[in-house]
Amino acid sequence: MFNARICARSFLGAALLIGSFAAAPAVAAWEPTRPVEFIIPAGTGGGADIMARTIQGIVTKHNLMKQPMVVINKAGGAGGEGFLDVKNSRNNPHKIVITLSNLFTTPLATGIPFSYKDLTPVAMLALDEFILWVNASSPHKTVKDFLAAAKAANGTFKMGGTGSKQEDQIITEAIQKSSGAKFIYIPQSGGGAVAVQLVGGHIDSTVNNPNEAVSHWRGGSVRPLCVFDSKPLPYDEKIAGDLGWNSVPTCKSQGLDTEYLMLRGIFMSPGATKDQVEYYIELFKKVRATPEWADLMKSGAFNQTFMVGDEYAKWVAVEEKRHQDLMKDAGFLASQ
Amino acid sequence: MEEIGNLFTGFATVLRPFNIMVMVLGIVLGVVIGVLPGLGGANGVAILLPLTFSMSPTSAIIMLSCIYWGALFGGAITSILFNIPGEPWSVATTFDGHPMAQQGKAGEALTAAFTSSFVGALFAVVVITLIAPLVAKFALQFGPAEKFAVYFLAFCSFVGMSKEPPSKTVAAMMIGFALASVGLDSMTGQLRLTFGIETLLTGFDFLIAVIGLFGIGEILLTMEEGLSFKGKSAKINARVVWETWKELPRYWVTSLRSCIIGCWMGVTPAGATPASFMSYGIAKRLSKRGRNFGNGEIEGVVAPETAAHAAGTSALLPMLALGVPGSPTAAVLLGGLLIWGLQPGPMLFVEQKDFVWGLIASMYLGNIVGLIIVLTTVPLLAAILRIPFSIIAPIILVLCAIGAYTVHNSTFDVVMMLVFGVVGYLLKKCNYPLAPLVLAIVLGDKAEEAFRQSLLASQGSLGIFWSNGLVGTIMALGLIALFWTAIQTGWTRLAAKPAV
Amino acid sequence: MSDHASGGDAGPSHRVVELGVAAVMAALGVVVIIGAMRAGIGWGAEGPKAGFLPFYFGLFILGASLINFIQAWFDPGRKLFADWSQLRQVMSVVIPTTVYVAIIPWLGIYVSSFLLIAVFMRWLGQYGWRMVALLSVAVPVLAFVVFERWFMVPLPKGFLEELLGY
Repeated sequence: MFNARICARSFLGAALLIGSFAAAPAVAAWEPTRPVEFIIPAGTGGGADIMARTIQGIVTKHNLMKQPMVVINKAGGAGGEGFLDVKNSRNNPHKIVITLSNLFTTPLATGIPFSYKDLTPVAMLALDEFILWVNASSPHKTVKDFLAAAKAANGTFKMGGTGSKQEDQIITEAIQKSSGAKFIYIPQSGGGAVAVQLVGGHIDSTVNNPNEAVSHWRGGSVRPLCVFDSKPLPYDEKIAGDLGWNSVPTCKSQGLDTEYLMLRGIFMSPGATKDQVEYYIELFKKVRATPEWADLMKSGAFNQTFMVGDEYAKWVAVEEKRHQDLMKDAGFLASQ
Repeated sequence: MEEIGNLFTGFATVLRPFNIMVMVLGIVLGVVIGVLPGLGGANGVAILLPLTFSMSPTSAIIMLSCIYWGALFGGAITSILFNIPGEPWSVATTFDGHPMAQQGKAGEALTAAFTSSFVGALFAVVVITLIAPLVAKFALQFGPAEKFAVYFLAFCSFVGMSKEPPSKTVAAMMIGFALASVGLDSMTGQLRLTFGIETLLTGFDFLIAVIGLFGIGEILLTMEEGLSFKGKSAKINARVVWETWKELPRYWVTSLRSCIIGCWMGVTPAGATPASFMSYGIAKRLSKRGRNFGNGEIEGVVAPETAAHAAGTSALLPMLALGVPGSPTAAVLLGGLLIWGLQPGPMLFVEQKDFVWGLIASMYLGNIVGLIIVLTTVPLLAAILRIPFSIIAPIILVLCAIGAYTVHNSTFDVVMMLVFGVVGYLLKKCNYPLAPLVLAIVLGDKAEEAFRQSLLASQGSLGIFWSNGLVGTIMALGLIALFWTAIQTGWTRLAAKPAV
Repeated sequence: MSDHASGGDAGPSHRVVELGVAAVMAALGVVVIIGAMRAGIGWGAEGPKAGFLPFYFGLFILGASLINFIQAWFDPGRKLFADWSQLRQVMSVVIPTTVYVAIIPWLGIYVSSFLLIAVFMRWLGQYGWRMVALLSVAVPVLAFVVFERWFMVPLPKGFLEELLGY
């Protein structure tokens, strides 16, 4: 019995060895054999960074992986640095990357040569929500008021957002397109800074993520007008008075036909085998089942859609096309 | 007062044995992180963040903020001993700290640096304790124009006072600005000055430039002079701490001024780096021994260190009260708060009293513990300089290479480090000032960003920089600082006239 | 380094080096100006374009470097930049470091560091082999433990680490 088990194990090991030499798919499931590098194409302290480091913490705490997970920030060139690194690591299964919208926007806006097609899709972990915020002392109580005022202001309304030609500016562009109002878009270095500029009255509105502005909402200094999702958020905890995330109406229901959700997904380096992708999918399924993950989802009021395989790849392709169209209309494409 | 009561509850929390252990561990780790180039505060805190998941939020933040203090303390060590600032805010510490070490006064320089850091941080914590809500409101008034004005003030109070020929100062500073602008332009999201070269995407990081210009450059200069630090024979005295302490109270004016500059810059939130430069610049102008700054004046160590720590500490306030990080390290701490389910912002002070006052109490105690730990290492650290140069030099080179590599995980950066090293040697020999160059690399893109944000908001009108009392006052102060020497000469002449 | 002109040991003159530095800086200024013009130096409704400020940085670099060049040109001083013997000393660091930097991508940082420290100590410090071996092995190993193990910061690796399974 005991011997048989050892035999089975060494047979497995041999199979693995053969599998890695031969082109034919290995029989045994793949597992990382060295530390896995988790690339963040953004700086320390941002949304993607927090999510990646939480995942790293969960993996370590619950012992979900035999090899350590090493988190590396590669933020240069609006994340282009990180994506290029993954793209250039063909056949290295020990490298995964978490994406934000810059997967689509960076190559379009800067001309840095990479595309989502260069990477191997693994899984969509969640989607980040966006909400239209105004200062609490602003007279605009509804989206309709706000848009009417913005139109009347004749292009002097200031919209703050994170980064240039990235998600926040794309949403602003989409709002302009569907409503006809014009904004001056003022890029800031981070979501927290954007929220404070709104509280300080230096800008008129923002499209902050829920957790970037929630504390100011609770403190009574900003007001959410609508959420850029197809249905209201499911989180019913009371935040400001008797209002919670679920009391924020969708923008569409308020006459602003704009939807935007930002991908928080995982990709691998090109050339990954099915086994390798499968391993990471299982890993992230385990991560998603932990209470720590649930806490993170709740604190950020995330949309918890999970996708893998073809469904995920298709979603990414549609999103890519949409970003391209929006950015083309706005004149954001790199000239070179 | 309610605050005082809260604070004592906080002390009770922090003084639990487990938390004290966490605190000591955090400080030691922080010092290690601060000393190793490339594991700067932000990186270090980010790397250790997952470690804290199994702790309670209060213990975790105590640990992380102690790492932060430790890194602040540690940054001064390499600046003084090897002329290698591991963090932007320790650059100004090298100006007088390293010459002191070369003269065999490393112990004095280290003691002065650590003690000043402590004083600055303590001052800032007291400010936080007493007027936190007020300060948070003040910070809200800072839009892009006001931020630009603060950067402008920092620049003006630092430049326009160097001994080097003005044309060389201008050339060095403009090269710094140009290097800072390589890579992605944050305002338009397009690449510039990269000429299609992939490795230039990331731009020139401050750390690589500074490791090369200061660290490697210094090794080359030492080689030229014949293989030895001048102060090699320095006596290592265990009482050096005590003796330096007797001397320090003399500089109380500089110290107080630097505390105020630091707190102001930390809250505004320009951060610790401009604070240290500005404080050094102003101290140099106002001190009686100002002419001797740069040749190993202890006051030239006190000023930047005090301001940097006052700023670094008070920068935590906008982070807690508004959710805006005042520095990259604070940004990571902020991420930590979110992970533990704490929402930084105005309500944190109301809803999470235990946590906030625990943190503030840990700032007091963490600093005291930190000071004690680092002071005991002073004689040991000073002894490092006795190690023969042909052993220490290759080790420094290796650490520099690791530091340069870790910035972007790129071997190209290691090459750039060496290039900067040779350039630094040549520039220094040709009498070009390196400090304005480094200041421009550190602050260039931030200042440019604020400048262009302002112009976006004003639709291209420069009037925004004079549009209200606050921004106008800061700009005026900046101009006064810039033309201080001229004003001073004019004033002396005017005063002398009746006598003629 | 002040008045070596009359001394026996010759070296490059300070003036030539000054001229060279100013010329290289001026060239850098031109590069910056060209790069800025590619990025657009105009001033649109959205404020200054990406190349607006860099363009002026470039102009200032060029202008200041020309002044420095002219000043160096008319500098009557005949002092030396450094003695040849001093420059040899400097090169004895620059050359090993250049090799070191060049081999990092191939050998990894640990093996390269071992070589650098060993060469440096043996060649410049003339230490005994035992001391050289001890330190040149200890430092990379310590660096490996601290960075790779404790802080989980991956550093460049070569064939040796590959063999050991990293």
